[in-house]
Amino acid sequence: MALLDVNNLSISFGGLRAVDNFNITINKGELYGLIGPNGAGKTTVFNLLTGVYKPNEGIIRLDGEDITRKSTIEINHAGIARTFQNIRLFKNMSVIDNVKVGLSERFKYSALEGILHVGRYFSVEKEMDAEASKLLKVFDLDGERDILAANLPYGKQRKLEIARAMATNPKLLLLDEPAAGMNPNETKELMDTIALVRREFDMTILLIEHDMKLVSGICERLTVLNFGRVLCQGETKEVLSNPEVITAYLGE
Amino acid sequence: MNKKQTKNNLITYAIVIAFYIIVEIMILTGNLSSHMKGLLVPLTYYAVIAVALNLCVGILGELSIGHCGFMCIGAFTSAFFSRATEMSIPTVPRFILAFIIGIAFAALFGFLIGIPVLRLKGDYLAIVTLAFGEIIKNVINSFYIGIDSKGLHFSMKSAMEMGMDKDGDIIVNGAMGITGTPHNANFTVGIVVLLITLFVVQNLVGSRDGRAIMAIRDNNIAAEATGINITGYKMMAFTISAAIAGAAGVLFSHNITTLTASSQYFGYNASIMILVYVVLGGIGNIRGSVIAACILYLLPELLRGLNTYRMLIYSIVLIVMMIVNWSPKIIEWRKRTFGRMNLKLTKEA
Repeated sequence: MALLDVNNLSISFGGLRAVDNFNITINKGELYGLIGPNGAGKTTVFNLLTGVYKPNEGIIRLDGEDITRKSTIEINHAGIARTFQNIRLFKNMSVIDNVKVGLSERFKYSALEGILHVGRYFSVEKEMDAEASKLLKVFDLDGERDILAANLPYGKQRKLEIARAMATNPKLLLLDEPAAGMNPNETKELMDTIALVRREFDMTILLIEHDMKLVSGICERLTVLNFGRVLCQGETKEVLSNPEVITAYLGE
Repeated sequence: MNKKQTKNNLITYAIVIAFYIIVEIMILTGNLSSHMKGLLVPLTYYAVIAVALNLCVGILGELSIGHCGFMCIGAFTSAFFSRATEMSIPTVPRFILAFIIGIAFAALFGFLIGIPVLRLKGDYLAIVTLAFGEIIKNVINSFYIGIDSKGLHFSMKSAMEMGMDKDGDIIVNGAMGITGTPHNANFTVGIVVLLITLFVVQNLVGSRDGRAIMAIRDNNIAAEATGINITGYKMMAFTISAAIAGAAGVLFSHNITTLTASSQYFGYNASIMILVYVVLGGIGNIRGSVIAACILYLLPELLRGLNTYRMLIYSIVLIVMMIVNWSPKIIEWRKRTFGRMNLKLTKEA
């Protein structure tokens, strides 16, 4: 069964139909790409999927569960985690604390236990620390665990953002232009990181990207968006050789 | 919480306790003038409210300039309780109950005011908290509450309106406030309250909830996408902050003979003064707030001998403190010179 099933999704901002009749089906374990020229509505689709915007029409199902009108928080708890086009870390917190924020839904103790440092506080914090350290190790960030997130180099900030998203234990990971602003070396490293996430966590990933090398290198299937509409959908090779897609990207 | 943070917290408690011991020794050996002794309790409640405001401004990241309003609520509710039960309950349980009442009411109002205020952002939030602070002060100024053999009387017009018996006792007398609250607060109680405050706030910062609150401060969009309940945590931090301000108010009212909701103590000038403590001590730095509150509260008093130059020197000290705490070059120099020994005023507590 499909992990993510989006049917007939539409949203308008005033007179502009930003996303019109969007359909997508992503199977478990798949790495799916969403591409399109600037302003095509890719990030709007992400914002619809994560509940930042509420759609005018359409249904979003995650693992069979209808999450269409749920809040961002409920959708995260249901199992969608995301990263952002412009990195959004908790900059004045340490690297490990960034991950621990992601863990806080799974490792719980009451506020009172936290304030008084009694009861489950010490045991749960210890478990959290172990889990966070494990995640940092996977992403090769364990050397930087106590420095402020703002002081990380760019590529590692991207990694940390993915690590934080993974900490919420999602079923589906959304990556919004992960390679934006990266040099070829960093992009290469990012591709390795994405491959690592798939291997280690058996993760289903939907990513928005402009870097065609990255897209053709790792995505199994693609959806091309243009002016809010699906232009083309299918296997990566077929889609990228479709004349309509080439026209949309390069012009006639 | 990591070890470094635990160590940092312990240093804060140690500084407060050391300060307490030094002052007590000075009192015992007669080295402290009665004028200075009078400043000790205010010193503790200003340190407490500075920590409370730092929780709101530095940890939650919302600029509130009406925190004296919550202090005012804590002061009046607890003073009213202490005055009304002065004859019927012995001192110690009464004072503890007064704390519970003052804190509970301040927390309640923090919660209620937080509902509309925390929907706003930045400047707007600051302005609305300022307005609420002023509203609290002005509303309390028009309260008349008295007790006689028939029970409680209440009016918002004048003391006469209540129609009390001749033997009745007017407790809250409008703009004249509450007179004759028992003097239960002393330096020791103040220090205990400060230590409890530090314990609560520092532990909160090191817990799961504290991390969630700081995540909201750093990036609320990412926090929401990471599954953090933004409204809930904002309300929690704001309410705790208001509750602690209420505790400062209880100390305030039990240290003063006539409690009035005057601008001098509860107006926006007072709120701004506390904000100055927080900013100069380092936003988000709990220990810095305590130290800054002590220095900046005592300074104008210590400089009284200089008469006209007093405020000039005070403002110069403010500027110097700001430079020492915030200038990147000086922070670098401090680290180089003092190494691990330095006080790290600007480092996150």
